[in-house]
Amino acid sequence: MKKLNLLFAIVVLAALIIVPNFLKNYGIHMFTTWLVFIIATMGLNLTVGYAGQKSLGHAAFFGIGAYTVAIFLKAGLSFWLGLPVAALFCFVVGLALGFPALRVQTIYLAFATLGFNTALWLVMRNEEWLTGGTFGINNIARPSLGGISFDGNLAYYYLVLFFTIMLALLLWGLLRSPWGKAFTALRDNAIRAESLGIDTRSYTLLSFAIGAVYAGVAGGLYASQVQFIDPALFTVGASIMMYLMVVVGGPGYFLGPVLGSAVGVVLPEWLRFAQAWYLFVFGAAVVVLMIWLPDGLLSIPDRVKARRQSREASAARAAAGQGVKA
Amino acid sequence: MTQPVLKVTNMKKAYGAIQAVGGVSFEVRPGEIFGVIGPNGSGKTTLFNSMLGQITPDEGKIELNGQDVTTLGPLELNRRGVGRTFQTLQVFGKMTVRDNLIVAAQEHRGSMFSRMFAPTDSGLGDKADALIDQFHIRHVADKKAGELSYGQQKLVDIAMAFMSEPDLVLLDEPCAGVNPSLVGGISKLLKELNQKRRADGKASSFVVIEHNMDFVMDLCHRIMVMVEGQVMAIGTPEEIRANKQVLDAYLGN
Repeated sequence: MKKLNLLFAIVVLAALIIVPNFLKNYGIHMFTTWLVFIIATMGLNLTVGYAGQKSLGHAAFFGIGAYTVAIFLKAGLSFWLGLPVAALFCFVVGLALGFPALRVQTIYLAFATLGFNTALWLVMRNEEWLTGGTFGINNIARPSLGGISFDGNLAYYYLVLFFTIMLALLLWGLLRSPWGKAFTALRDNAIRAESLGIDTRSYTLLSFAIGAVYAGVAGGLYASQVQFIDPALFTVGASIMMYLMVVVGGPGYFLGPVLGSAVGVVLPEWLRFAQAWYLFVFGAAVVVLMIWLPDGLLSIPDRVKARRQSREASAARAAAGQGVKA
Repeated sequence: MTQPVLKVTNMKKAYGAIQAVGGVSFEVRPGEIFGVIGPNGSGKTTLFNSMLGQITPDEGKIELNGQDVTTLGPLELNRRGVGRTFQTLQVFGKMTVRDNLIVAAQEHRGSMFSRMFAPTDSGLGDKADALIDQFHIRHVADKKAGELSYGQQKLVDIAMAFMSEPDLVLLDEPCAGVNPSLVGGISKLLKELNQKRRADGKASSFVVIEHNMDFVMDLCHRIMVMVEGQVMAIGTPEEIRANKQVLDAYLGN
């Protein structure tokens, strides 16, 4: 299984490095968007998939990141200052959003986070002096660093790719450390976890805060990518879409967000041929997928393995039975 | 006399008009296996939950190694050396057996920050392997705990409680739902663990709640009989067997 994962990661990485060179602007834009959502949903996968905290407020952090970077750039400040500030800001707000999770769980937590998303969306829409209200913020610049300009679409794509790889490695390291087990323990059985000395309170808060940082960085990168943001991008609907990406890819699978984001970002584009019906086709595909694969696309290898093992066990039983008869 | 590991003094807990536990006092000595028996509704579980920090008693005092821990929660109690098992299975189903054991002790090492950079097995791999061998679950060590049989999961569950080398282990019906042939095995394991820790000079005491009378009589050094929230008798298995009052109230004839 580990080899399969590594192979999958290498193939995806090679494709991400090579393919955009042969694409036109629109294709590059799609790839960049895919990466941005991979970053955002990697964070949500930590919160939802690993730590088991049902959050429907992820788009709010994506929005905080986007607006922070946009406002910084509009104020003439550097992108390289805006992005860390966005991350820090999201960490703090993420910690705060974690507090309801200490009291409520499952669907109740989902509603609490959904309320948070709605409240934040209203701030983005109503506080015109800061956010531009429904008109949003346009002409958001792209960064440059030490003489290298990331103004071009391809150059910017590679910048986002760099961030994606770095953040993926960081998360990989975190999940391999004892923290990863603590998060999983929290998800599987919080009461047992606590009885083993696992500080479920801190881990719950941190799962929100770290997840929020990923969303914030993704949002900041997204602002410079599309160069125009308005509150409509950060609604509860967007949060649900990100949640869907995690679930479709496979919550708790490290590479789940890679597939999930592809389904959420790229698939709707492929379905454009269906025109007005594309959302219907997309929705139907999700329904079928959830019935067939409730643990997401990346659970397929596990299912194949389980099926093979049960087949082998049946064969062994049958063989043993024959031996008894003879 | 040496200081008791656990000392409960006049503990009381009521739920509305029902006095679940009404003034219970007892001590558990270092290295002792202490059994708690009593009919359903006698207050065993309430007593247990208080000792584990899941509920706070209305009155009375609970001391661990001489320190007052009456108001501490499960997390703090575990950090101070109280391990436990649950009546129902409580393993982490999606982790391997080995990881279940590692996660059961990793938080006792270093700080939260240092654990972020610790190796994936927190340096507990050897210890986990030793317990895996002792519990005869080597053949399933790399399987996900949720895929094991009930009996195997029960063994994992018990092994987890011992990973952090607690001073006091509270075992809540370790034989519940276990097939009779395994009951003897669990008893043997617990005796081994108790004696090994004694041999190491680190006394580890157990409190066991259990309905299986043969198991309790065979395993425990002393037994407390509870009836209607009160202590009816405390004594060695022989004394309890010979106690007329206990026989009438609980054991039957």
